[in-house]
Amino acid sequence: MSLTEIAFYFLSFLAIFSALAVILSKNPVYSVLYLIVTFFSIAGHYFLMNAQFLAAVHIIVYAGAIMVLFLYVIMMLNLNEEQEEKTKNWVKIAAVVSACSIMLILVSLISKSTYNMGKAPMAGDAGLVQNLGKVLYKDYLLPFELASVLFLAAMVGAVYLSKKETSKS
Amino acid sequence: MNLTNRSKVVAKKELTLMESMYLPAIFKGMAITLSHLFKRKATIKYPEQTREIAPVYRGQHVLKRDEAGAERCTACGLCAVACPAEAITMEAAERNKGEESLYREEKYAKIYEINMLRCIFCGLCEEACPKEAIFLTDRIVPSSFTRGEEVFGKSILVEDVNERVDVTKRQTPDVLSFKQDKKHAHNQTFQDRLKQ
Amino acid sequence: MDQIIIYKIILCAIVFVVTLGAAAYMTWGERKLASWLQDRVGPDRAGPFGLLQPIADGLKMLFKEEMIPTHSNKWLFILGPSFFMLTACMTGAVIPWGAGFTIDGTFFPMQIADINIGLLYMLGVVSIGVYGIMIGGWSSNNKFALLGALRASSQMISYEVAMGLALIALVMLTGTLNLGEIVAQQDADYAYIVYQPLGFLIFLICAFAETNRAPFDLPESESELVGGFHTEYSSMKLGFFLFAEYINMFISSAVMASLYFGGYNFPFQHELGLEGNLLSAIQTAVFLGKILIFIFVFMWVRWTLPRFRYDQLMNLGWKVLLPLAIFNIFITGLVMYFTGKL
Repeated sequence: MSLTEIAFYFLSFLAIFSALAVILSKNPVYSVLYLIVTFFSIAGHYFLMNAQFLAAVHIIVYAGAIMVLFLYVIMMLNLNEEQEEKTKNWVKIAAVVSACSIMLILVSLISKSTYNMGKAPMAGDAGLVQNLGKVLYKDYLLPFELASVLFLAAMVGAVYLSKKETSKS
Repeated sequence: MNLTNRSKVVAKKELTLMESMYLPAIFKGMAITLSHLFKRKATIKYPEQTREIAPVYRGQHVLKRDEAGAERCTACGLCAVACPAEAITMEAAERNKGEESLYREEKYAKIYEINMLRCIFCGLCEEACPKEAIFLTDRIVPSSFTRGEEVFGKSILVEDVNERVDVTKRQTPDVLSFKQDKKHAHNQTFQDRLKQ
Repeated sequence: MDQIIIYKIILCAIVFVVTLGAAAYMTWGERKLASWLQDRVGPDRAGPFGLLQPIADGLKMLFKEEMIPTHSNKWLFILGPSFFMLTACMTGAVIPWGAGFTIDGTFFPMQIADINIGLLYMLGVVSIGVYGIMIGGWSSNNKFALLGALRASSQMISYEVAMGLALIALVMLTGTLNLGEIVAQQDADYAYIVYQPLGFLIFLICAFAETNRAPFDLPESESELVGGFHTEYSSMKLGFFLFAEYINMFISSAVMASLYFGGYNFPFQHELGLEGNLLSAIQTAVFLGKILIFIFVFMWVRWTLPRFRYDQLMNLGWKVLLPLAIFNIFITGLVMYFTGKL
């Protein structure tokens, strides 16, 4: 086994273990911490595929910003096991149904896709900043800009929601 | 309502653009602190250097002996009465035969304690003493690890026969004559008053 | 190939030791400078000029009683300071400490990892640095520690945004995210402070905020939060938190020196007539000198400016620095377009 293979299996094990721990741990703070570990191991996978930019942005955006806010909110609310509300039965059923349908989609996607990962680790320069930038701004300019417009709309919505109502009419 | 004419109306002025940027003020502050980098240091490195103290500095007390080496204190208790911090306690005892060289008067202080944590070094004990027995000196009270050590007994307070403590700066001729001047009411004895 | 790997390990060790040593002596320097600015003498009892003070402080920290609060999570309580220390030490890997040496025809670069996303790596490490504080503050099971941790996380996220935007204007000029290349570009051209004065100012302020230094030391706030996130910490775990702050300071000084002040380059370096290894040794010394100046500025500011109030901190971050950074990007773009660099 080469070094990259060992790294691959280690990261995969870590990702699956921590992903399971996210849903199995009782304390929401632990769930968030395990989710951060999951993100790190996935970023490690990106590194193995020589997608440095993706890995760095994954860590900055997901682990560095979004999960900090998650953790922030959970620490602020100070959720405990005792305070947990009983979930209603129909919510549970709906959750199971939606999870199963996502599972179906994933299984069908994986069965159709051609599996060629791990054959040439640390090779290929598709994930480097320069190439990624060229692809994004030349081939996929419209979807890229549409996504940023979507973010802008979300930002405006957040500002609108958080703004105080100064005058009552 | 105006109680004094010194009150001022505080106006909260709108800041100008320069002021609201804060940068000039920040640089001004930074310049001030930087200038202090080159100023003379105010620190006195204590054990090696000592602060210059006045000749009549009021430090640790001493219980004086007379010229022959007998303790002057007669345990009258006037110092304890005068003490505003109530730092002085004493226990009197009668002088036995053969102790004349140790104690000057027929009564002496068997126990004499000053609590240095209570003492405010005002010097009133010294003023009250009719026997010129207690004086404050320019010695600095040493620090200690326990409170108990700060209660000074006779072993510390009474001066050594061979190492007399110089109190001439506090007991100048002027002070001595003032203390014996019968014009002042506090220097008069009961007999003096009867004569008048 | 093996030679290079061994060299990299040695370089790692050297950078690690230098960083830790510098951080240790920064504690001494901080105390000295603070006292000088306040007309005092400062530590001068341990060794000549108090130079053994950091060793005395470290020994004191090590021998203090180790306390873990009863209702805290033991593992997370230990993980907090360790993680904070780890992230503090990680950034040093991408900084070019010098031009490199040539021995027997083999070139040894003075940079541990010459990755082409050096700047992003740096931002990533900075952004996960907050977890050490958050985990430590939460697992202490103390309301002051939790408040300090929450303050720290919101502060660091807020200022990361402005910091990243300030860097974008710089990256527009350099055209690369590789720190080594950015420094090398400043050899041929002016230092980037000339082109990016506003960007540097924003970056400097954000660096103060990210390292939790005064006037942005709200997470600690000795006087209002009794120490903030490290309220419950004692012994060397507290030492780790305090020490990591100095390492962060050292590293961010190095980053600022290499991004905006030419890194190891200095003016007229090629006119001196020096070549090869001697020149790069001087360059490394110059780089360390630049870092020293920045550290001095960090400490000078700490002992001059009072702490911000929390709303002032947030206003500065979101309403002043963020628009300024976007304005800076806009101006940089305009100038680049009209000068034909774009």
